[in-house]
Amino acid sequence: MLRFVAIRVALLVLGLLVAAVLIFLTLRVLPGDVAQVIGGTRATAEQVARIRTGLGLDRPIPVQFLDWIGGVLHGDLGRSLITGTPVATELGAKLAVTLPLAGLSLVLGLGLGIPLGVLSAVLHRRVGGFLIAAAAQAVAAVPVVFAGVLLVLLLGAWLHLLPVQGFPLDGWREPGRAFASLILPALTIGVVEGAVVLRFTRSATLEALGQDHVRTAAAKGMTMTRALVTHGLPGVLLSVIAVIGLEIAALLVGAVIVESLFQLPGVGRMLVTDVANRDLEKVQSELLVLTGLILVVGAVVDVLHRVLDPRLREQA
Amino acid sequence: MTWLREVLRRPAGAFGAVVIVLLVAAAVVAVFWTPQDPFETDPFHRWLGPSAAHLFGTDRVGRDIFSYVFAATRTTVLVAVLSSVVAALVGLLLASIGALGPRWVREPVAVLIDVLIAFPVLLIAIMLSAVLGASLGTVITAVGIGFGVNIARVARGEIRRVARTGYVLAGRASGLGPWRSLTDHVLPNIAPVFIVQLSLSAGVAVLSEAGLSFLGYGAPPSTPSWGRLLSDLQNYVTIYPLTVVWPGLAITVSVLAFNLFGDALREATDPRLRSSRRRSER
Repeated sequence: MLRFVAIRVALLVLGLLVAAVLIFLTLRVLPGDVAQVIGGTRATAEQVARIRTGLGLDRPIPVQFLDWIGGVLHGDLGRSLITGTPVATELGAKLAVTLPLAGLSLVLGLGLGIPLGVLSAVLHRRVGGFLIAAAAQAVAAVPVVFAGVLLVLLLGAWLHLLPVQGFPLDGWREPGRAFASLILPALTIGVVEGAVVLRFTRSATLEALGQDHVRTAAAKGMTMTRALVTHGLPGVLLSVIAVIGLEIAALLVGAVIVESLFQLPGVGRMLVTDVANRDLEKVQSELLVLTGLILVVGAVVDVLHRVLDPRLREQA
Repeated sequence: MTWLREVLRRPAGAFGAVVIVLLVAAAVVAVFWTPQDPFETDPFHRWLGPSAAHLFGTDRVGRDIFSYVFAATRTTVLVAVLSSVVAALVGLLLASIGALGPRWVREPVAVLIDVLIAFPVLLIAIMLSAVLGASLGTVITAVGIGFGVNIARVARGEIRRVARTGYVLAGRASGLGPWRSLTDHVLPNIAPVFIVQLSLSAGVAVLSEAGLSFLGYGAPPSTPSWGRLLSDLQNYVTIYPLTVVWPGLAITVSVLAFNLFGDALREATDPRLRSSRRRSER
């Protein structure tokens, strides 16, 4: 067990390092001169050179990289090239929107996907089960933007149940209002990702229904449903945990789109704005934080899965 | 071609195949002809409802939405095909090196694949367009790399499995070089798994194009694209709700078709799935 955790942590550190190198190199080495962008098209060569020196872009690439990573390790994510404000401060405020959004989406996605997935497997080869499975297949093909627009129409514009756009200016000071404005965006991601969870849960449950210990329990007089709940479902739920690691990436990506669609002041929208402004120093730290989140959650889920699932322990 | 018959025998697979054929046919026709000019504006006929002259109605500047959706099939098919080609190349290259290379290359490549999988397509695309600017090429490259890594993970395992089978070893023993062994014996035998992945990658490509065009990283204004139309129209959705349905449905149905085709193909070509299906049917 300890060995597994050690290897997983080593892989995580390696992953973070590779991610940092790839992000840094992509933004530095590919064509496109930051100094030229800041200077604008009418800047003279000397002006561009001055901007370049001011930003430390004339130093060797490895020095620049170590400078950046050294800062990140001390919690300094650099400064915006345009406004000069530290990235970490702004990022903190934006994460206060994005993390609750992603968390709520995950809860909704699992809350919809797992029960319906089990239900559609139990109703296998019946109309109900087929309809649920077919609906999930269709929903998984809906682009997030379209799903959001449909939900806005249904729950916001026609039924007037929920706020359609924006986030309170004073943030979480009024938790109720802030929470309400996250529901529709979270539901948008949750429904689409829930469809993926549903399909996975369904196939895991179908497999569980055919397993010997579940069938034996049923043969000894339990109803099939009872046998599934007591003997099959624990295994199914443990398998679903493994998918959560992958889902986190999808949730954060969904958040980038949904934040733009619903005008939420989160990390995703900040990233989109900064890319448009070519604020590369900010973009590189934001990308690192996002991929870092994905990698860390993936590692945590892996370890959790290993701790909880006895089937994996025996293999070791 | 028995696998194709197997796919077409399944309703879901047949639906996927029909939609894909229609999509490609529409794209070919759209190169030469669209019902009306998809970019021609008409200020006197803005926001018209569906009618015989404008099947899907008109938009904010009086463009015929049906013609635009029709013309955009070109972009969709182009993105789907080219993304899959790039993904196939990236996937095969990484998988072959990661499965058959010498140990000191093989292991690091395997770790690299595991790390790269954590990079979502959308983040790769944002990263690339931060330096290269927005274009369809950025979308294609991002999907190609992002999904190619997924293909690499699946294909690597398959190549390793096939490379250890008797007929491949026999071929090597009788003097076949490593390259010929790969092209003649290994790759044909991982083809089914590979084609399934390509079909799924086409679906991912269409979805990504929609998302990226919405964020402004995808098709330029001069290129008709469903994602772009969807993001243009969604600004007016509370006033003209019907208009967004057309590009939204076009994307959904295409992605669904690629996914269903891929799933049916997987069932048709994977003997393990076929037997488990039979068991559950009993």
